[in-house]
Amino acid sequence: MDYGFSEAQELLRASVKEFMVNEAPLAHVREMEENSTGFAPGLWRKLAQLDWIGLDYPEKYAGLDGSFLDVAVVMEEMGRALFPSPYFASAILGGHTVLAAGNDNQKEDLLPKVVRGETILTLALTEPSGSYEASGVETTATAASGGGHVLNGTKLLVPFAHVADRLIVVARSDGQGTAETSISLFLVDPKAAGVTITPLRIISGEKQSEVGLQNVKVAAADLLGTLGGGWPVVGDVLDKAKVAMSAEMVGGSQAALEMTLNYVKNRIQFGGPIGRFQAIQHRLADLATDIESARWLAYEAAWEISEGQPASAAASMAKAFISDVYVRMGRAAVQFHGGYGYMKEFDVQFYFRRAKASEAILGDQYANRELAAQQMGL
Amino acid sequence: MRFNFTEEQDALRREIKDFLEKEWGEEARRRAEEAGDMASDHSPSFHQKLARRKLLALNWPKEYGGRGWTPIEMAIFNEELGYYGVLSNCYRNTMIIGSAICHFGTDEQKKKYLPDLAAGRKLFCIGYTEPNAGSDLASLETTAAEDGDEYVVNGVKVFNTGGHIADYCWLATRTDPDAPKHKGITVFMVDLKSPGISIRPLYNVADGHGQSELVFQDVRVPKENIVGGRNRGWYLIAKALDIERINTGVRARHQRVLEELVEYCKETKRNGIPLIKDPLVRQQIVQLCTEAKAARLIAYKVIYQQSKGEIPDVSASMAKLSGGELSQKIAYLGMQLLGLRSIIHGSSKWSAMEGKLEYMVRETIPHTVGAGTSEIQRTVIAGRGFGLPRG
Repeated sequence: MDYGFSEAQELLRASVKEFMVNEAPLAHVREMEENSTGFAPGLWRKLAQLDWIGLDYPEKYAGLDGSFLDVAVVMEEMGRALFPSPYFASAILGGHTVLAAGNDNQKEDLLPKVVRGETILTLALTEPSGSYEASGVETTATAASGGGHVLNGTKLLVPFAHVADRLIVVARSDGQGTAETSISLFLVDPKAAGVTITPLRIISGEKQSEVGLQNVKVAAADLLGTLGGGWPVVGDVLDKAKVAMSAEMVGGSQAALEMTLNYVKNRIQFGGPIGRFQAIQHRLADLATDIESARWLAYEAAWEISEGQPASAAASMAKAFISDVYVRMGRAAVQFHGGYGYMKEFDVQFYFRRAKASEAILGDQYANRELAAQQMGL
Repeated sequence: MRFNFTEEQDALRREIKDFLEKEWGEEARRRAEEAGDMASDHSPSFHQKLARRKLLALNWPKEYGGRGWTPIEMAIFNEELGYYGVLSNCYRNTMIIGSAICHFGTDEQKKKYLPDLAAGRKLFCIGYTEPNAGSDLASLETTAAEDGDEYVVNGVKVFNTGGHIADYCWLATRTDPDAPKHKGITVFMVDLKSPGISIRPLYNVADGHGQSELVFQDVRVPKENIVGGRNRGWYLIAKALDIERINTGVRARHQRVLEELVEYCKETKRNGIPLIKDPLVRQQIVQLCTEAKAARLIAYKVIYQQSKGEIPDVSASMAKLSGGELSQKIAYLGMQLLGLRSIIHGSSKWSAMEGKLEYMVRETIPHTVGAGTSEIQRTVIAGRGFGLPRG
């Protein structure tokens, strides 16, 4: 048992924190929300130079061969800063799908570029059904006469699709299998004929898009993994994504807590700071305790992944728990800021809006508790 | 970062489990219940058995007959004791009082008290709370006035766990009424057979009388029974409370009830389907399992910090807060899931899950009261943790 991070991990955390404070204050988040690109390519390149994109990637793909706990540390600090970047879309969702399902050519071609920040990947999974189940995938992949496939369908809420170099499209390939055994993954060039990308305006201001696929031709070489073998890969990537995102949400919750503490210490009413009232103290103490719980659920799940243990139940539990906590923290943060809480010119509302988006993405507390129940054999 | 135990620690857990499976089975438990040990949460015969297996002084330094176990091994031991529902006051006696004597006691005190505690021959109760000093413990009014080589103690203590079965009281008194309230407190070890002490058991809603009222009337206590120095009592109390706030045993006992509840929900049909297939039940059960997992993670975080010799800051309060609240959530949800028959006492053939949940609802009330109420924990987190001013 060791509840400490390694020296290298502590250093990593301090460096990421410093980077965020210096390079990406909340004014940057505000700017990126208004900006159609939604992230700063210059900062993204810096992130790559600092080797933070490929922390847990094998050395042969230009990674650092680190553990998933390193990823959790980085995500937590990014979450604290609400850092707008394609890290989650590209390094977690996209890159890990290629890492798990790609053949040697695909991996050698794509991963070093992903790690160096030159290629942005993303995973086009969810659809108008809003489901994260295999049965929710209605996009079709039909075998083409000259080899390869033709894709048709609509993907919704694809993160950073508007700047992606490659989309990984999850589609139902023809076949008689069950919902789970007829899913395949395809690497799609977003500039290919028939692909339309329409940015969506979402509650958090993050850049996510609708991806329309109309008779999009995909070469046989761009099938990722085996035909019909896509769903287990997606499941595995979703576990990792949930843990990474849980860590990010822990960071966001902690930042909202700290921002609120700072406010209630300085806001004077009735002749003293409002933070002296127990109505405020006790609600924040409960939230801090819940954030601490969520933090260790996320770390424990990240550790299970880094040990190669089955982590589905832990990942779902972590995501379910923090989904509830982040929203409650965001609400309390806005509430305790009074009138300033819901004014756009103030920063605290960023956390509330992000909390509501993060709650829904990768399944909310209800969906994830049900998944955990299944994993626990209930 | 690593969340598993060492091989030695896993082996230790197996050893304790084996011992408890063999020595604290149905039969031993039934005999203890017949002897009325449930009410006082203490089976003298089993306590002796733990002593004979040298399991009472585990965390004391070897020179005092202990095994020098770290807080992590102690947590494992406590978890298993809790999981198996062992009735023994060992936690308070050897882990809280015994450790404090090892730490703060004089050589004479160590010689006098430690062997008896390790052998399970003597028991302590803790005398902190008073009718007018609960959460605001530092305002305690029991006085100890110096008189030659002795002190004369007068006052009333309430909710003393184990008072009616103990030999000694670990007593907090006011020795300097003029000093600031935290700085005028002294801890004495008082022989409960001393003239002037009367003990009245208090019966709680769980039909236990583990706690008592102790009245001290001109009780003469020798000077050498002071622990840790005159007017240094608050420091001792604070240190012992930090240990008490992370009793992994209580949480493990409730974890077992949660596990049994899950089994009950699998086996019991309502409206033709197993309870566990009801979406609302699944949600609630998974939520509690998640909270239980988190409570254990935080408790072990505190234990880990202690094993490193660090002061556990507000994590101890967070562990106490979440653990205490959780035990009641399990109890309340449990009774609701059991339905109408949940209200029947375990002695009836009509009881559900042997009445464990209705008992737990009554039995867990102190978990958000004793060793600092939930409200006090929140105030500690806000004050010590956040630096917020007092209202």
